[in-house]
Amino acid sequence: MTDLLQDLLRRARARGATEADAFVVKQRHASVQVRLGQPEAVAHAREQRLSLRVFVGKAAASASTSDLSAGSLERLVDEATGLARLTAADPLAGLPDPGDLSTGIPALDLCDPDGHAVTVEEKLALATRAEAAALEADPRITNSEGAELFDRQAEYAYATSHGFAGTYQTSSFSLTVSPIAAVNGEMQRDSWYTLARKRARLEPPEQVGRTAARRAVRRLGARKVRTAEVPVIFDPDNAASLVRTLAGAASGPALYRGASFLLNRVGKRIASSAVTIVDDGTLPAALGSRPFDGEGLPIRRTVLVQEGVLESYLLDTYSGKKLGLPSTHHAARDGSGISVATTNLYLAPGPAAPEELIASVKKGFYVTELIGFGVNLVTGDYSRGAVGFWIEDGQLAYPVEEVTVAGNLLEIFRAIDGVGSDLVLRNRTSAPTVRVARMVVAGD
Amino acid sequence: MTGGIAHPERFFADRFGLIPSRLERLLGSALAGRVEDADLYLEYRVNEELVLEEGAVKTASRHVSQGAGVRAQSGERTGYAHTDDLALPNLEEAARQARAIADRSSSSAVVAVRSGPRPHDLYSLELSPVAADLSGKLDLLRRIDRAARADPRVRQVIASLWSEEQITLIAQASGWIVGDVRPLTRLNVTVIAEEHGKREVGHHGGGGRVPFDFFIEEGRWERYSSEAVRQALLKLTAVDAPAGTFTVVLGPGWPGILLHEAVGHGLEGDFNRKKLSAFSGRMGQKVASELVTVVDDGTLPNRRGSLNMDDEGTPTRRNVLIEHGVLVGYMQDRLNARLMGMAATGNGRRESFAYPPMPRMTNTFMLAGQDDPAEIIRSVAYGLYAVAFGGGQVDITNGKFVFSASEAYLIEGGRVTAPVKGATLVGNGPEVLTRVSRVGHDLKLDEGVGTCGKDGQSVPVGVGLPTIRVDGITVGGTDV
Repeated sequence: MTDLLQDLLRRARARGATEADAFVVKQRHASVQVRLGQPEAVAHAREQRLSLRVFVGKAAASASTSDLSAGSLERLVDEATGLARLTAADPLAGLPDPGDLSTGIPALDLCDPDGHAVTVEEKLALATRAEAAALEADPRITNSEGAELFDRQAEYAYATSHGFAGTYQTSSFSLTVSPIAAVNGEMQRDSWYTLARKRARLEPPEQVGRTAARRAVRRLGARKVRTAEVPVIFDPDNAASLVRTLAGAASGPALYRGASFLLNRVGKRIASSAVTIVDDGTLPAALGSRPFDGEGLPIRRTVLVQEGVLESYLLDTYSGKKLGLPSTHHAARDGSGISVATTNLYLAPGPAAPEELIASVKKGFYVTELIGFGVNLVTGDYSRGAVGFWIEDGQLAYPVEEVTVAGNLLEIFRAIDGVGSDLVLRNRTSAPTVRVARMVVAGD
Repeated sequence: MTGGIAHPERFFADRFGLIPSRLERLLGSALAGRVEDADLYLEYRVNEELVLEEGAVKTASRHVSQGAGVRAQSGERTGYAHTDDLALPNLEEAARQARAIADRSSSSAVVAVRSGPRPHDLYSLELSPVAADLSGKLDLLRRIDRAARADPRVRQVIASLWSEEQITLIAQASGWIVGDVRPLTRLNVTVIAEEHGKREVGHHGGGGRVPFDFFIEEGRWERYSSEAVRQALLKLTAVDAPAGTFTVVLGPGWPGILLHEAVGHGLEGDFNRKKLSAFSGRMGQKVASELVTVVDDGTLPNRRGSLNMDDEGTPTRRNVLIEHGVLVGYMQDRLNARLMGMAATGNGRRESFAYPPMPRMTNTFMLAGQDDPAEIIRSVAYGLYAVAFGGGQVDITNGKFVFSASEAYLIEGGRVTAPVKGATLVGNGPEVLTRVSRVGHDLKLDEGVGTCGKDGQSVPVGVGLPTIRVDGITVGGTDV
């Protein structure tokens, strides 16, 4: 694939591009879904996408296509160079300094060549076992949205007009079960999933199903609570969503546009000293790892927040230049353009067992699900729908729904007064259980 | 690409050699053995995105995507295969795989295809928004930037223009072939304003299945720009939203997102067939105040959520979902309609060839009532008046929904007073429409920016609402 990219870059130069880079992804993915023990859907796909970015002087443009025929590639080059002649020159635009480019491609073990060798029947059997475990786990599990097994293999190639060329392959696998619990006409849904680069690392299907069932059943009998300002504990998945939001505010494009509450806060305290947040793209076989970033720069470990102090932003070359800082090697390419993205982002674990954090709360709220989009990254104002459990005297007392949790993200991170010891790198962003000293829970 | 491609059949025949006899073979290959239904979906789309920031158009990109999806169904089992390579051997492989998934038999069928006219003509344009002159588009973005910066408190302007043309050809199991050319465009303005060290953001925008000139006509771009500025400045002076359960008055237009989240998703056929919806089994029952009539209408000319036919080739239509408070209709695709013994309603939609269709909304709105909007506000002693929203989300199983107000005010003693920020509304779908106590005569549809997500697929939709009063929704603010 690198030859294809080199050829494209040569043609772009012939059309007047002074610099260019090109990216291609080819992937195959497949999914099987079963519902109530019957196969419901099976899908197969092959996809490819090639994108080209050109600079004509200091003006940039990009074009992409899923059609890799010769005629289509000719049009791609014409369109990108033609568009670049119309956009405004930007003195900071351009590729990174060649001296910063990655010189070798580290072996990160991101591919599972044998993991994809499974027949449709075997996949259906795995999904069926996972769903059956959920259906059998409790008589109150009465229905199901089904179970899905998904696998994907992809090959990426990236090349620049100033000499970088690299390719790598990845695999990923996931299994999700979504059962419904019902009692006296009340229905509650929940789900559980396992996700890994290696098929052998997926949790056993029965375990995924039983966890999903337990999560759905425990929501039965949910009620609203009275509006109150109380300690709020976020379970690991929802604490991870807070961390993801903070990373969005720390990303270069939001910062140079002035659209972030973290503007001008590097070196300053933005969270309690219990909070350390790390982004590490070098972890072998991890979901967010990659051998080089979207501009060919080496991937590394970045401490975003060290004991409450904002240590670094997340930057690509352009947003770095806008802020007068070097790139932190967080450029990402997705086939249509360039953006800033984290790799494996996590909140470092603390000393407390999650049970201790719950036990430390007299009256409060334990969040197991957040819904809605009430986050303002410019001001940090935060107000989202939530589901979870009311805590009374250190115990989960009863399930809660139809409430919101609200505050300001800076105040929320500064009010984190407990971090659990239960970090598991389950996803691209992960966190342990987290306790926030006070937030407003709105209900009746 | 040129402006008007009137013949999708000819487009796919000329460019990819997909002439009727080849479509017959593909369809026959998917539709064999015990397969009960099959379809073939061909798609070619071009989109263009121009973004202005810091006073200059710095991002310009153009994307082409093409592909085909083949679906075969047997009972509740669906086989779906898609490919972005439209060469015939690839399509044959996709058809064979889809059939193999749905039914293991190896016999083959013959399907004679015939093409027909599209059922409506809701958005054919002389010039597609993608094909419109680029310099005019760039100039518009620069004018928006200048207009917004006329207020010295505006620090940043981001204006983006997105345009698309999608050409589709759908072949049904019956041999019926129908094609469509769908333009879509959207102009968004975001500003960040700063005063006394505080910063806030404002957004506005609009669009639809309209030509580029739509934004020039009737001063639309000027209005989007001044609205975005007004929103940002308003938020700079806003007080914290109250927390608790209050009477809420929703303004006309975009607040119709309430219907989309609170009842729309719950009335999609798949959730009801599987008995996963809080509305399952409630057909014919009273689910709302008798003041409430809700429709989903895919036939409104030039609207963002409108379609000549859905992504399975079924003509779109006006479907009444709730009539004077009584649940009377679901939204259906072909699969769920067949399994439920109902008619397809023109709501089978998909994001692209890469996904199978499922029941989705088009333009969902409540019909106008009798009340004077000003009188509705005067009737509230204390509550919230919400006129603009960001996004919303719903858990269809228990009907709990959430949506975020981007412009809202307190109502005190029947008068609209202080603007509030950070008001998130949470409620229960099956309950909220039973608490509608007033419906205004001022039905308005939104400006054309809605995108709906379901199972990871995004499709453009519209919403609409007259001014309504709801007696009790939980407002998630921070002011206790």
